Amino acid sequence: MDLTPHLPALQVVVPMLAAPLIVLLKPRGLAWAGATAVAMLSFCIAIAMTIDVLQGKVFTYQMGGWAAPYGIELSVDAFSAVLLLVVSGAGALGMLAAHASVDQQIELERQPLFYSAWLLAMAGLIGIVVSADAFNIFVFMEISSLASYVLIAGGPDRRALPSVFKYLIMGTIGATFYLIGVGLVYMMTGTLNLADMEVRIQEVTELNPLLVAAGFITIGLALKAAVFPLHVWLPNAYTHAPHMVTMFLAACGTKVAIYVLIRFDFLVFQSALPGHSTQFASFLMPLAILGIVVASAVAVFEGHLKRLLGTSSVAQIGYIVLGASFLSAAGLSASVTHIFNHALAKGGLFLAVACLACHYRDLRLSQLAGAAKTMPWTAAALVICGLSLIGVPGTAGFISKWLLINAAMAQDNYSVLLVAVILLSSLMAVAYVWRIVETLYFGSTDNVAADGATDIIREAPLPLLLVTWLVALANIGFGFFPQLPISLSSGAASVLLGQLP
Amino acid sequence: MELLGYFNYFVFVVLLMIGLYAVISKVNLVKKLIGLSIFQSAVFLMYITMDKVEGGTAPIILAGMPEQIYSNPLPQVLILTAIVVGVSTLSLGLAIVVRINESYGTIEEDEILDAD
Amino acid sequence: MTFVFALFLLTLLVITALAIVRSDNLFVAVMLTSIFSLLMAANFFILDAADVALTEAAVGAGVTTVIFLSALAMTAEREKFAHVGRAAALLVVIVLGALMTYAIFDAPRLGDPNAPVHQHVAPWYLEKTPEYIDIPNIVTAVLSSFRGYDTLGEVFVVFAACIGVLFILGPRPAGHAAQRPARSSGLKHHLIPQVVGRLLVPFIVLFGLYVQFHGEYGPGGGFQAGAIIATGVILFALLEGENAALRAVPQRALMALVIGGASLYGAVGIVCIALGGNFLDYSVLSSDPVFGQQLGILIIEAGVGMAVCGALLTIFHAFASRGQG
Repeated sequence: MDLTPHLPALQVVVPMLAAPLIVLLKPRGLAWAGATAVAMLSFCIAIAMTIDVLQGKVFTYQMGGWAAPYGIELSVDAFSAVLLLVVSGAGALGMLAAHASVDQQIELERQPLFYSAWLLAMAGLIGIVVSADAFNIFVFMEISSLASYVLIAGGPDRRALPSVFKYLIMGTIGATFYLIGVGLVYMMTGTLNLADMEVRIQEVTELNPLLVAAGFITIGLALKAAVFPLHVWLPNAYTHAPHMVTMFLAACGTKVAIYVLIRFDFLVFQSALPGHSTQFASFLMPLAILGIVVASAVAVFEGHLKRLLGTSSVAQIGYIVLGASFLSAAGLSASVTHIFNHALAKGGLFLAVACLACHYRDLRLSQLAGAAKTMPWTAAALVICGLSLIGVPGTAGFISKWLLINAAMAQDNYSVLLVAVILLSSLMAVAYVWRIVETLYFGSTDNVAADGATDIIREAPLPLLLVTWLVALANIGFGFFPQLPISLSSGAASVLLGQLP
Repeated sequence: MELLGYFNYFVFVVLLMIGLYAVISKVNLVKKLIGLSIFQSAVFLMYITMDKVEGGTAPIILAGMPEQIYSNPLPQVLILTAIVVGVSTLSLGLAIVVRINESYGTIEEDEILDAD
Repeated sequence: MTFVFALFLLTLLVITALAIVRSDNLFVAVMLTSIFSLLMAANFFILDAADVALTEAAVGAGVTTVIFLSALAMTAEREKFAHVGRAAALLVVIVLGALMTYAIFDAPRLGDPNAPVHQHVAPWYLEKTPEYIDIPNIVTAVLSSFRGYDTLGEVFVVFAACIGVLFILGPRPAGHAAQRPARSSGLKHHLIPQVVGRLLVPFIVLFGLYVQFHGEYGPGGGFQAGAIIATGVILFALLEGENAALRAVPQRALMALVIGGASLYGAVGIVCIALGGNFLDYSVLSSDPVFGQQLGILIIEAGVGMAVCGALLTIFHAFASRGQG
């Protein structure tokens, strides 16, 4: 039996249906092994679909055999393929590396529930990416959100609880705003299928409800995506979550919301509302610039390693939004490439943080002085990913920064200002990454309350370290051979702008 | 009927405002969740208001009455889903509140912030 | 007449919502929330949404209230009088209200048969359901077949909440039950609730089963049935004490119900692929596609009922046992 046409459905269904079964696996090793196998399978499905998508294929799948718009349709094109690779890759590699770190932070009897929630979060995020139905996106958004709340609440520190409560409130408001927006569009078009909306929205004569719908959907998804200034839930949630959860969510959580935002706005609203593209740009571009500058500046003075990296994520989300607000093919493909490359860089950094956390309970920078002596491999991987985050040539981060600067130069207005902002924030990234490097390599170990001698090499457990290095090397690999993300993202840009690839 | 239509939407807007106000301004975490559920209920009302057709009845087909007009089933299906999503979020939120109360001894947001 | 009644209900809704926000006693606020849900359910019924009304009444007024109350029993009864950023909140809310009013002004009027929502997609469901699925309740047909994938997602939302609450509040420790007989004895010493409640419980469960299996013909289906049966068991727990309820339906059985229900639904989808159809395409389940659809709907509705009932009860027990500890 040929399963290729069923791949879009299997991509979601495999991790989702495995989640309840994982709860039944009582011995801890088995639950982890099962969840890892399922996550890996999901990653393989994503790779298989990406190979077909690269050859110009677009997958569509009719759930229940009912044709859209009556049934729910799934679709996978170049844009979805990037996100699928990021989500399932982060989920699978995170799971592969997670065992030691989770053992350290989650009690034994709660571990099967934790792994089950991990698979649900993955399935939810994947479900959002492949869905071509506005309401179905809401349902899967809620699966991924609820599972993420559970994962974050697993943090050992009591401060995880107020952080996750804040995230729950803001996340639910965001999802409800999205629901209001979808309701208004449905009211005016009578359909929920995105492609069908695109067609039927042309016939709508009263545009006010649509305009308000666009506003609600943009704000709701911006809340979920932590676009400045709606990011207030993010630094605390990332700081107090279990380390592997921070890595997973930082790599893909917010990016899926941006994906829906870009897709909805470009495909549905910009084709119907006159002048909406200008509104979109003039609303989001200032927010993106402010986010980049303010969050980078805050990160420079941040004293806690995880919070520093989390704050830097807000700035990086700014880059992605900035690229989209250029409204050009170059800007969009820079944006999509950055989704991929930032996932690599930030994922690698947080993996390295999880390695450090194996021996350093307190992750404030002042407590990490001289860590490079005890954990040389971890520190080296952290430096490589840090260089990629800055955008040093030879790393993946450089590619997307370069594309973004090129796209900014091609803008008619303010191109100098835009380039200046990108360069300034890169300088600030140099500053905050340097602070980490300085502490790890040159920090004086006098006032560190290390448990025992600091000179002995005590690296993180091997699986964790190997995955960290795999991601660090991928940062270099995609820096020299960026063809994969670039060809996918230029495909994505032409899908969004409605040109033939 | 027209007036009632506007009134339905008007009530939806007012409930939306009351709910969101409670979520933003209340310090008590349980009260925030109650506000959240009012906020969500308002959206349910908006969807269900859409489904009504003049002279229609619930979309359950009556045998032998081919001329009967039925209301729209789709918004009802969506809201059935949304109600269950709402209660799921609420119970997760309450579980977190219970744990916050155990570790901080309070469920007032300002006191929690002072404690850390 | 309906007009006046609807006007009255909607006004009551707003008054109740205001009272909820203003009340500083949290128990009062929760009880008012329950009333709010009932009013909402009545309003849904007037707007022809019988299935939604049933769900809102069972879930909103029933289960939610119980979960709120058991959480309150562990936290605080009164709200401290404090507000943050009242002015900012008012500003946000007023902007929101103005935007919504602006949008709603151009919305189609209530009941307009020419509104876009009644022109596209929905008429197809009304027209084709008798032909493809042949069950009277269109809401059930759309819910479990045309948009069955949404419903699968919804079951997993409930499942996520269930494992989430277990994860956060912790599974019930072993041997815990015997320690506190005094507090878990329920309402044993109150004669009237005892007698009336005991009479009610079997009927509630029976009604739940009716709603489950009659969902194709009248309002109802898995969600409503699951919620109603859960309410029946919760009432039993309140009367006889939580331990008695756990003896009748143990935690393991509930977890099996949740996992079994969710997996049953998923398994139907996988079987459909194996038989050559798309995921959740029930037509391939039998040589007669219409019967296949009906069979598929029957099975997945059973899965939904099991999962929802088990999940709501697991959540209730997680709260209740935490309260005793």
